[in-house]
Amino acid sequence: MKSTPLLFLNVIIIATCGLIYELLAATVSSYVLGDSVTQFSLIIGVYLFAMGVGSYLSRFIDKNVAEKFVDIELAVAVIGGLSAPLLFLTFAYVSYFGMVLYTTVFIIGTLVGLEIPLLMRILQDKLDFKELVSRVLALDYVGALVASLLFPIFLVPQLGLNRTSLVFGMLNAGVGIWATWLLEPIISRRRLTILRVKGFVVIVVLTIALIKADSLTTLAEDGLFVDNIVYAKSSSYQRIVITRGRMGHSLFLNGNLQFSSFDEYRYHEALVHPAFAAYKGEPKRILVLGGGDGLALREILKYKSIESVDLVDLDPMMTELSRSLPALGELNQHSFNDPRVKVTNADAFVWLDRTDAEPFDIAIIDFPDPNNFALGKLYTTRFYNLLKPKLAPGAAVVVQCTSPLIARKSFWSVMKTLEASGFYVRPFQTTVPSFGIWGYALAKLEPFEIPQKPPPNIELRFLNDITFASMFEFSADTSKPSEELETNRLDNQALVRYYETEWRRVEQ
Amino acid sequence: MTLSRRELLSTFLGAPIAFAACRNGTMRRFPEGQIVGQSEALGHVLRENRTFEVPPDNWESKKVAIVGAGVAGLAAAWQLEREGFNDIVVLELEKTAGGTSLSSKGDPVGYPWAAHYLPVPFRENTELISLIEEMGLVEGRDAGGDIVVKEQYLCRDPEERVFYKGRWYDGLYLHVGESEDDKRQFVEFQRQIDHWVNWRDPAGRRAFVVPSVTCSNDAEVTALDKISFADWMHQHGLTSERLLWYCDYACRDDYGLKLDQTSAWAGLFYFCSRVRTSGVESQPFITFPEGNGRFVDHFLSRIGEHVRRSFMAVSIVPNDKGVDVICLNDGVVRGVHCEKIIFASPVFTAPYLIRGFRDDPPFAASEFQHNAWFVANLLLKDRPKQRFPKDFPMAWDNVLYESPSLGYVTATHQSGIDYGPTVLTYYYPMCHEEGGRTKLFNYEWRDLADVCLTDVARPHPDIYELTTRLDIMRWGHAMISPRPGFIHSGIREKAMKPYRNIHFAHTDLSGIALFEEAFYHGLRAAREVLTIETPRP
Ligand SMILES: Cc1cc2nc3c(=O)[nH]c(=O)nc-3n(C[C@H](O)[C@H](O)[C@H](O)COP(=O)(O)OP(=O)(O)OC[C@H]3O[C@@H](n4cnc5c(N)ncnc54)[C@H](O)[C@@H]3O)c2cc1C
Repeated sequence: MKSTPLLFLNVIIIATCGLIYELLAATVSSYVLGDSVTQFSLIIGVYLFAMGVGSYLSRFIDKNVAEKFVDIELAVAVIGGLSAPLLFLTFAYVSYFGMVLYTTVFIIGTLVGLEIPLLMRILQDKLDFKELVSRVLALDYVGALVASLLFPIFLVPQLGLNRTSLVFGMLNAGVGIWATWLLEPIISRRRLTILRVKGFVVIVVLTIALIKADSLTTLAEDGLFVDNIVYAKSSSYQRIVITRGRMGHSLFLNGNLQFSSFDEYRYHEALVHPAFAAYKGEPKRILVLGGGDGLALREILKYKSIESVDLVDLDPMMTELSRSLPALGELNQHSFNDPRVKVTNADAFVWLDRTDAEPFDIAIIDFPDPNNFALGKLYTTRFYNLLKPKLAPGAAVVVQCTSPLIARKSFWSVMKTLEASGFYVRPFQTTVPSFGIWGYALAKLEPFEIPQKPPPNIELRFLNDITFASMFEFSADTSKPSEELETNRLDNQALVRYYETEWRRVEQ
Repeated sequence: MTLSRRELLSTFLGAPIAFAACRNGTMRRFPEGQIVGQSEALGHVLRENRTFEVPPDNWESKKVAIVGAGVAGLAAAWQLEREGFNDIVVLELEKTAGGTSLSSKGDPVGYPWAAHYLPVPFRENTELISLIEEMGLVEGRDAGGDIVVKEQYLCRDPEERVFYKGRWYDGLYLHVGESEDDKRQFVEFQRQIDHWVNWRDPAGRRAFVVPSVTCSNDAEVTALDKISFADWMHQHGLTSERLLWYCDYACRDDYGLKLDQTSAWAGLFYFCSRVRTSGVESQPFITFPEGNGRFVDHFLSRIGEHVRRSFMAVSIVPNDKGVDVICLNDGVVRGVHCEKIIFASPVFTAPYLIRGFRDDPPFAASEFQHNAWFVANLLLKDRPKQRFPKDFPMAWDNVLYESPSLGYVTATHQSGIDYGPTVLTYYYPMCHEEGGRTKLFNYEWRDLADVCLTDVARPHPDIYELTTRLDIMRWGHAMISPRPGFIHSGIREKAMKPYRNIHFAHTDLSGIALFEEAFYHGLRAAREVLTIETPRP
């Protein structure tokens, strides 16, 4: 065969693709399952073993070796090419992710294991055995080197996992089609045509997948999140994504950052401790609305006087994740396991309307920003009026209220809404690097003085006397605007509209 | 695909929608469901012209019998009870009271079968306000003396959205893609509305206000009743397609009539009667998940003991001492001797029920014409998925621009329950063809369910998987039709006069079907009964 040298080039590409699929599977699983040492080791083990199985199985292929070889190339192209998107989607939607993962790895490994023995048999008449083994295996390992260099340096940062997977699938299919020309002399005419058509179909499928890539959320997210996605799943209420980077973990709900582990303590200390400072006496019953990550709980549980904490969060998947995902459990110091904590999964608006719970001494309200109408209702006069009867005499409330810098009108509209609902309000703000300047409201149903320092004997990382007092000062660009703002009501949802316009400016 | 399905969908939804739906291949899995309510018994009985003998033991005596437990009948009973007059009985042919303000209980919330909102009344409408206050809906009064209704009962924002060419947009009037001319015409239309909002006759009366009896009867105003709303728009050079759609939608929504079937007086009434002065917002809507069924329940909590359900009045016999009503109660004939009757069932039934009416008709009852509707309630196990991130989210009223239906109302919207199961109430007025009523009753549940699902599946392809149950109510006589020339024909005034101890009370008497009008006539009839009534020694 005059094309023998070109077939050796084929070997390099096959080897590169094979290793890429292996690396992809290992990376995806270590992203999503964590613990990369175990994941890499298991995947490499299963993959190599499967290649062994493939090599062994090659002996059962007797006839039409060249044609079978091309078929296998195309099969690898499809399964390997679609592997990363498939794994991402399964992780988000099915519970038996492990099974899908190892099955995929095993199938790819087996198919790749078949390739080299078959190719060697095709070439066996052209070269003597010594020559053949040395060339094929040498090139096989060169391919491996190419893959392992390209993968971390170029492919992952430039293309992302899903695109890499699809692009290499296409490359693999390309090689398969190319091989039909190289092997033309030893494949029958009719079969050649069938193989080329198949190859063409595979390329088309992978191209469509690549084009469609953007409509797959996970693919879009690849570009959206700077860090690696370790967890991505849609609950009935929202899309939960957890990423891990050098600075730690971050949680995103519907693409909006909820916290970054490296500075979340600033946010949560500011959210929780002013309410305790403003409460006269020993608070016993605490209400947390939202806050399914358990980080506010962690701060609350620092107070010894507490007898019960009722946490009401919409999403059972979120609270369950905060309890069971090791990374989150560590961050919230396993506060969901504290016997004083009671979790209810409900929409806080509906819950407040229906609950017969005894009044609370302190309420910490930590909802996502009001970027839609379902969230906007949680910042209305109606909502605060539903809260009022659930507050014991002297109760203190803190509400997280978005950024007074970026969304100044939104922030002050919440203050106005609280006042319209009969609260005395002390706005305050602090800086959380991953959010920017962040605002809160401290409120009571009676007039009260701004607390001057954090409660004594509580271990704090961020708040000291000076920062605490300074939180209640507003700079010129965050203070109350002179224009008359609207109260946020159920029947006008003014806040959602303010918020939308204000945040749109920075997001574009 | 059978030809008949395409025909069915074409007649109800128009050829383009029917074509698209039938092209999409096989019929989808249907939820469970049935035709509910509205017994057809009355029609049969009346047509049979039977005579009924009341067994001697089945007679009872009441001072006043109210025929029909719709809003008008219930309001009349409520008023009589408030005046300390409780020797009454309310006779209702259906198993449930409420008439066209009927609702069902449900989980997580109840849902309406027809009427679902009430605009906050002006301070002048003191009687209606006293009802609203009694129900605990009022928070206080504003500086001008108008009532402030508690936030949770005012329609929650977003109120409406409209589906147009595959996307949802905020509001009812379609702003997206508006041309300069569209904008100009919309402004001009607003200017015309403002003109009528601010208009006063020499006596200081408004042109359009609720209740409609208080509207001016100045010739300039009543002349509007002679032409159709379509003609009126044409005369004012209003030809913008989206503006015409907007007004046509308003007519279909409030009256079940198309633009060219509606009197211009009625069309302008819709736009003007709930606006205090030009430049201010129209009065906000009071609404509940179960719609106006909440008012019905309130009435029942007051006077429920007097209501007899499954009591169909089959004959009303005026005599020297008063009036007798003969009823059919689950096959048993019963009678009530009474002094007076408040006739709170649809006016067109008067000649069939009232003995002697036809021999010397006090008014032409056949002029009170109704249109037919069907209403479907879709019980969903979860919310439809938003298809595009930029789509405007679910609102209270969700309107389909390209459809002859009115779209659907979301029952959970007002309660703040934004996730999980909900109920969508789909409204379809049969105004697009002659003989809509006969046509409606020729179709089975499956046909109408197909129409409804095909229509709703356009914005929500997942509706088939989400709907666990779909029940349908066919309203043969849904709403009185304010077609040109009816409201100011003088017939209504005649019908408002008592006829041989029978006092008529129904929203029909206003020529428009509204809660406020039904309520007004109920109270008027009650007052008439009370004033004419002389206390016995
Ligand atoms: C689809 C639809 C939507 C609507 N939406 C609204 C809305 O959102 N807001 C609004 O204000 N209005 C709405 N309406 C108008 C509604 O009709 C009025 O609000 C109001 O309910 C009318 O009450 P009524 O008592 O005058 O008449 P009906 O509701 O017609 O009551 C008449 C009653 O008499 C009973 N009856 C009839 N014959 C007999 C007999 N022989 N013996 C005993 N009982 C008898 C009937 O069963 C019925 O209960 C809507 C109507 C329809 C059809």
